[in-house]
Amino acid sequence: MSEARDEPVVDEASAVVASPSEPTRLTAVRLLASNPLTVTSAVVLLVVVLLALAAPWVAPYGINDVDVANALQLPSAAHWFGTDDLGRDVFSRVIVAARVSLQVAVVSVTFAFVLGVLVGVVSGYVGGLLDTVLMRLVDVMFAFPVLLLALAIVAILQPGMATTMLAIGIVYTPIFARVARASTLSVRHEPYVQVSRTMGTPAATILRTHVLPNISGPLIVQTSLSLAFAILSEAALSFLGLGIQPPAPSWGGMLFSAQGFLGQAWWMSVFPGAAIFVTVLAFNLLGDGLRDVLDPKQRTLIESRRAR
Amino acid sequence: MSAVLRVADLRVSIGRREIVQGLSFAVEPETTLGIVGESGSGKSMTVLAATGLLDAPGARVSGSSVLTTGSDGGRSLELVGARSSALRRVHGDKVGFVFQDPTTSLNPLLTLERQITESLEAHRSLTRRAAAGRALELLEAVGLPEPEQRLQAYPHQLSGGQRQRVMIAIALACDPVLLVADEPTTALDVTTQAQIIELVRTLQRERGTAVVWISHDLGVIGQVADDVLVLQQGAPVEHRGVVELMDEPRHPYTRELLAARPRLGMSGPPPVDAEGDVLLSVRDLDVRFTVASAAGRRTVHAVDGVSFDVRRGRTLGIVGESGSGKSTIANVLTGLVRPAGGSAELAGEDVLNRASNDLRRRIAMVFQDPFSSLDPRMRVGDSIAEPLRVHQLPSDRRPRGERVAELLELVDLPAAFAQRYPHELSGGQRQRVSIARALALEPELVVLDESTASLDVSIQARVLDLLRRLQAELSLTFVFIAHDLAIVQQMSHDVLVMQRGRTVEHAPAVEIFANPQQEYTRRLLAAIPPDRPRAALQDS
Amino acid sequence: MSLAPRQLLVFLGRRLLYSAVVLLGVLVLVFALVQVVPGDPIRLALGTRYTEEAYQALLTASGLDRPLLEQFVSYLGHALTGDLGVSFRSGEPVSVLLMRRLPATLSLAVVGLVIASVISIPAGVWSALHEGRASDAIIRVTSQFGVSVPDFWMGMLLILLFSTTFGLLPSSGYVAFSDDPGEWARRVVLPGLTVGLVAGAIMTRYVRGAVLEVASMSYVRTARSKGLPNGVVVRRHIMRNALVPVLTIAGIQFASILGGVIVVEVVFAWPGLGRLVYESVAARDYSMIQGSVLLIAAMFLLVNLLVDVLYAVVDPRIRLS
Repeated sequence: MSEARDEPVVDEASAVVASPSEPTRLTAVRLLASNPLTVTSAVVLLVVVLLALAAPWVAPYGINDVDVANALQLPSAAHWFGTDDLGRDVFSRVIVAARVSLQVAVVSVTFAFVLGVLVGVVSGYVGGLLDTVLMRLVDVMFAFPVLLLALAIVAILQPGMATTMLAIGIVYTPIFARVARASTLSVRHEPYVQVSRTMGTPAATILRTHVLPNISGPLIVQTSLSLAFAILSEAALSFLGLGIQPPAPSWGGMLFSAQGFLGQAWWMSVFPGAAIFVTVLAFNLLGDGLRDVLDPKQRTLIESRRAR
Repeated sequence: MSAVLRVADLRVSIGRREIVQGLSFAVEPETTLGIVGESGSGKSMTVLAATGLLDAPGARVSGSSVLTTGSDGGRSLELVGARSSALRRVHGDKVGFVFQDPTTSLNPLLTLERQITESLEAHRSLTRRAAAGRALELLEAVGLPEPEQRLQAYPHQLSGGQRQRVMIAIALACDPVLLVADEPTTALDVTTQAQIIELVRTLQRERGTAVVWISHDLGVIGQVADDVLVLQQGAPVEHRGVVELMDEPRHPYTRELLAARPRLGMSGPPPVDAEGDVLLSVRDLDVRFTVASAAGRRTVHAVDGVSFDVRRGRTLGIVGESGSGKSTIANVLTGLVRPAGGSAELAGEDVLNRASNDLRRRIAMVFQDPFSSLDPRMRVGDSIAEPLRVHQLPSDRRPRGERVAELLELVDLPAAFAQRYPHELSGGQRQRVSIARALALEPELVVLDESTASLDVSIQARVLDLLRRLQAELSLTFVFIAHDLAIVQQMSHDVLVMQRGRTVEHAPAVEIFANPQQEYTRRLLAAIPPDRPRAALQDS
Repeated sequence: MSLAPRQLLVFLGRRLLYSAVVLLGVLVLVFALVQVVPGDPIRLALGTRYTEEAYQALLTASGLDRPLLEQFVSYLGHALTGDLGVSFRSGEPVSVLLMRRLPATLSLAVVGLVIASVISIPAGVWSALHEGRASDAIIRVTSQFGVSVPDFWMGMLLILLFSTTFGLLPSSGYVAFSDDPGEWARRVVLPGLTVGLVAGAIMTRYVRGAVLEVASMSYVRTARSKGLPNGVVVRRHIMRNALVPVLTIAGIQFASILGGVIVVEVVFAWPGLGRLVYESVAARDYSMIQGSVLLIAAMFLLVNLLVDVLYAVVDPRIRLS
C-alpha cells in the first residue's frame, strides 16, 4: 500500500522524528504495560512462581500426610481444596506440584531453546545442503504428534522426572528450530547483514551481533508459548503415569487419581485441573501480548488503535 | 463544463494529527489533475478520502467532495460521509481505480475474465456471457496481446506491465466518469511506464474520462496532467495549469522540487583524468541462479558475458531495467554472489575467489534501502564503527569514536548522531550514515546499488551532491548502479547499458547520451519523460 | 478452468518424493527406537512372563539377533509391504491389532474435526472481519481458553457434567457405527466434543490470522474499489484466498487428532490407536510401539500430501506455473 510510505518525514537539516514503526525498548515495555490482559497474565504468573518457590513453607500440610480418617473431605477452612482419597491435603499438593511442573517446563524449554535455536540459526544462515538435511530431520520429527514422540522416548528410557524433561525438551526442539530458521532467513537477507558480509565480517560475528539480537522477538514469543505447552505435555504424561512418578505430586498425576472419584469428590479433579489451566492460560496470554508488541505487523495495528 | 469531482476543504485526521489539511480542487471531464508530493505529503490519502475508499483505521474525514455524473450537471452525490451502500454504487461504476503495485493488486486465484466481469455484473447486471464479451473488448482496448487466450489466464502468467493494463481494463470496465490512478507507473520500468502513460491518455481521449493521477514524479505528471496540485505534508502548496506551474513556479517548494528532479543534461560528474590506471577490471562475468518454484527448478542466467574496466577516480554507471542483472554485478564485486565464470580484478588482485580480508577493505558497498541498511538494534556510531571493529582498526590505538566523528562530519552529520538509533533518523540521514560506514575503511572502490532510489527527489539531489563531493575530495572510484538514466548521467564518466544480463552498450557517458548506438539505449532514452510538459509542446 | 497436467504432475511428483524422503526418515527413527533401548528390549518386554523358551521364540520372531544392517533391510522391506511384525506381548501380528483399533480413532478424528471446523471457521472469520471490536476480543480470549485447557481435564469435566451429574450420556466405551449408529453417536459425543473444542480453539486462531492477512492484501482493496457487495468481497476474494492456509491447519489438526488423542482415549476408555500406544508403552511392547508410531506418522504424511493436492486444485500458481 502506497500509504505506508507516507510517514512523517523530517527535513534533512532538522533534528529528529521517531518514526512510529520501530519503537525503542522503552516504548515496547510501555505498550506491554498498556494491555490489561498481558499485565494480568504476568501478575498471575508471578504469583504462581512465588507460590511454587515458597511451596515447602507455605503448604499447610505435608504432601504425603496420609490421614484416611479425613479422606474425601469437602473444601473447608482446614482444607481449602479438600482432601483426596488418602486424606491428603489437595491445596498443599497443588502448590508443591506447581514447583515440579514449572521446573520441568523451564528445564525442558531451555533445552529445546538452546538446541533448536542453534540448529535453526546455523541451518538458516549457512543454507545449502546442511540446511536441507537439518530441515528434513525437523520434518521427520514433525511427523510425530508431540505426545506420541514423548511417549516413545519414555518407552526407551525409564519414566521419571529426568526422562520427562528430556522427552519434552526433544519434542519442542523442532519448533524452536523452525522459528529460529525462518527468522534467521529473513534477517539474513536484510541489507545490514549483507553490508556486514561485504566487509568480510566472520559468520560467527554476524550471527552474534546482527542475527541473534534481531530474531529475539519471535523467540521470546515462542518461549512463552512453549512453556505453556510444556506444562500441558508434562501434565498429560503424568496423567498417564509415565511422567512424574508418585508419590511425588504432579497436577497430571492428581487428575489421574481423581478419575476414580469423579462422582464423589469433584474437588479432586477441579483444583489441579484449574491450576494447569490458569498457568497455561497465563503463559499463552503473555505470549500473545508479547507477539503484539514484538511482531512489527501487529504492532502498527495496536498503535493505530491506541491513537484513536 | 461542470466538474466531475469537486472537493472543498477536505481534511483527514488520524488521532490528533491532521494528515490532509483543507484541500480544495476540481476535476473536469476529459482532463487530468496531477497530484504531486513527496512521501508524507498525504497525496494518496487525499484522493482515497475524496472518493470514499479510505479504510485506514481511525481516520476521520471532513469537508466535501461532490461527484457529478451524467452530462449537463446530471446527478450529484456527496461522497464524504456517504453511506457505504451509496459508495459501493459509485465505486467501480462511476469511479475506477488503478493502484501502484500490479503484482499484488490482482487476485491470484481468479481468471482475468472473472476479475473484469465482476464489476460489470455488480453494476450493469450483465449476464455472465455478455460480461465476458465486454471483458474481451476491454482487454483488446488496453492492448493486451492475444486477448482471447488471456481471458482465462491468471495474473501470475502476466508481466508487470501487462498486469497494470489489466488493472486499467478493470477500472474502465463500466466506463467511469472518473479514473483515480495512484502511482500507477511507479513500480514499472521506464519503457513500460511510457506505454502505460500513452495507454491511459488514449483511453481518456476516447472516453472523455476525468483522471486524477497521483505521483511523486514531476516528469510523469508533466506528461499526463493538465492541472497540477502540489502537496507538502498534507497542505496545498500550489495549484495551477501544468505549463505555468513548471515554467514559472511561484512557491519555493515547487521550485525546489523542480530543481531537484533528475533530468537529462543537467550537470555531469566532476571532471577527471581519462587516462588514469585501471582499478577494476571485469572479464566475461557469468552468473546463474537456480530459482525454485512450486513446480520445479529453473536456471536464470542473470549475467551473461559482461566485461568492463573502471579507471581510478572515475565512475562507471551501470543502467538497466529490472532483470537486467545490474545489481547482480554489485553483489559479485562485493562477494555476496559467486559467479559461474569470468574474472574480476582490483588493481591486479583477484576479487572473486577467496578474496582476502585486505581486499574486502578496499571495496565498499552502499545499498538501496535506507530503512534496512542499518541494524535497528545498533546505535549509528556502532554501525559506522562495525567495519573498523572487523578489521581491528584504527591500528594506532586512537579511540574509534574519533574516527566515527570524522566520518559523520564527512557526510555532513553532527557527531552527536553517533548515539542515536536508526529509527530516530530520516531516510536521507540514514543513507548518509550508510555512506559514512562505507567510507570507514578508506576503500578505493565504492559500489553504489540504487543508493538513492528510495529517497525523495529533494533528498536524492543532496545525497548525489554529497557523493560527487566525496569523489572529488577523496578521489574515490564508483560503480554507480541505477535504473534512472538522468541520475546516471549526473554521476557517471562511463556508462554500461544492460538488458537481460548482457551488455547492450558500453561507452563514455558523453557519447552514450549524445549519440546512442543501440536501439535499446535509444528506447530507454526516449522513454524518459521529457523536461517540458507535454501540454507545452502541444501548444507550440 | 484449464488444467495443465504436466505442471500439476511435476508438483505432485515433487511432493510425493518429499513425503517419501520424510517417510524414510520416520522408518529409520522407528527402527532405531528398539535399538537404543538401554538393556535387552525382549527381556524388558517379557518382564514377569520371562522363560527361556519364550525369550528365544520372541528373539527369533523379532529378528533382533541378526546383524543390524540385515535387520534394517528386512524391517524396511516388511514395513513397506504392511508387515510390522508380531506383538511382543500377545504374539498377534501388529498390523492386525492396529487395523482393529483404527475405526474408533477415525470416528473420533472425523467427529472432532467436524466440530472444530463448525466452531472455528465462522468464529475465526467473524473475529478477523471485526478486528479490534469487542466481539473479536471475546473470540480471541475464548479461543485462548480452549488452547490452554488440558484436553483430559476437559473430558473429565464433561463426564462430571453430562454423565455423573445429569446422566445424559455414557462416559466411556465405543460401539462401531456399523453395529449401532445411534449408540455410536451417543458414545462419540463427549470424546468428540473434547477433541473438537480444543482443536477448534487452535483452528480459530489460525483462521483469524489467515483471514486477517488476506484482508490486508492489495487485491482486496481492488475488489472494494470495484464497488462489489461486501459479501462478495468476503466470499470471493477473502475467504477463497484464506482457504489455502486454513486447509493446511485443518489437515494438521486432523492428522494430530488421528495420532495424538492418547489421553482423551484413555479418559473415555476409547479403544483407539492412542490407547493402544499407551498400553504398549506401559507394557514395553516394543514392536507394537514401533508399528503404531509408524502408522500414525504415515497417516500424518498422507494427510499432508492430500492437503497439497487440494492446494494445487485451489491455487492456479501451482497448477499453471
